[in-house]
Amino acid sequence: MNEKEFPVVKLKEKFTDEIIGEDYFRGDTTVIVKKERIKEILSFLKNDEQLRFNFLMDLTCVDYLGKKSERFEVVYHLYSLGNNWRIRIKVPVSEEDPTVDSVTDIWIGANWFEREVYDMFGIFFKGHPDLRRILLYPEFEGHPLRKDYPVKKRQPLVGPSDWKE
Amino acid sequence: MGLENLLRGSVILAKLDEVVNWGRKWSLYPYAFATACCAMEFMALMGSHYDLSRFGAEAVRWSPRQADLLMVIGTISHKQAPILKRVYEQMCEPKWVIAFGACACSGGFYDNYATVMGIDTIIPVDVYVPGCPPRPEYVIDAVMKLQAKITGKRDKK
Repeated sequence: MNEKEFPVVKLKEKFTDEIIGEDYFRGDTTVIVKKERIKEILSFLKNDEQLRFNFLMDLTCVDYLGKKSERFEVVYHLYSLGNNWRIRIKVPVSEEDPTVDSVTDIWIGANWFEREVYDMFGIFFKGHPDLRRILLYPEFEGHPLRKDYPVKKRQPLVGPSDWKE
Repeated sequence: MGLENLLRGSVILAKLDEVVNWGRKWSLYPYAFATACCAMEFMALMGSHYDLSRFGAEAVRWSPRQADLLMVIGTISHKQAPILKRVYEQMCEPKWVIAFGACACSGGFYDNYATVMGIDTIIPVDVYVPGCPPRPEYVIDAVMKLQAKITGKRDKK
């Protein structure tokens, strides 16, 4: 067992029913998990004595419109500063219920990442302290990084609401 | 000019508008609304090599209230559009606008959810300078065209 497989084995021991799949592509470890206990899983990865994935490098989302049964996948990239290990956690999210638990309790830096994902994909993060648009303005209609957002769509010329007289 | 000869060359007669516009033409105060990479060309334009001060427009004012030439330099996003409009409204009359670069003219190669398709959807524009980014010579040409516009004379080819 090498360092790429070790975190997966530990995860499988503790969260047997939560793991949907695993993948080792070009040296990157990816684990696909169910969304119900995502907070516990990430908290375990961060706080486990051997793993210590204490750095949330990135939190983003992918839209697999028409390619997968669950339309979205929220992706967490974790890094262990102590071990120099990396791991990627993917969580399938359906279009009908686009909600995931917020991880701002575990990493405070997840705040703006989750706001960006909400802004661009319309994924709601349960328990987020301040889930507003971060890059676009409140009057913006739709979520532009969704694959079904029309490429040629023009938004009406408005700006940040606090600029209105 | 009989009157000038009568007064032995001690006065010059002219139309008031022409004198005032001659003064405005050679004392443009630019305000650089610089949002993107075109600002590098603006720096080159203001530097000693191209030297826009030869045309009387060397004093860049960093407040729109002190400027009469608004140079919109770079991409304008929807979020920034009301800010640009407010900056334009803060400038005193008479005022002129140069759209500096392809993005300010038409949105440039951006055609997406965030970019304004040309600043003329928000504010009136006097001179458009194409290019990505435009060379400083283009902008000098634009300033000369604006000077011709200020004096009401058609630019001679």
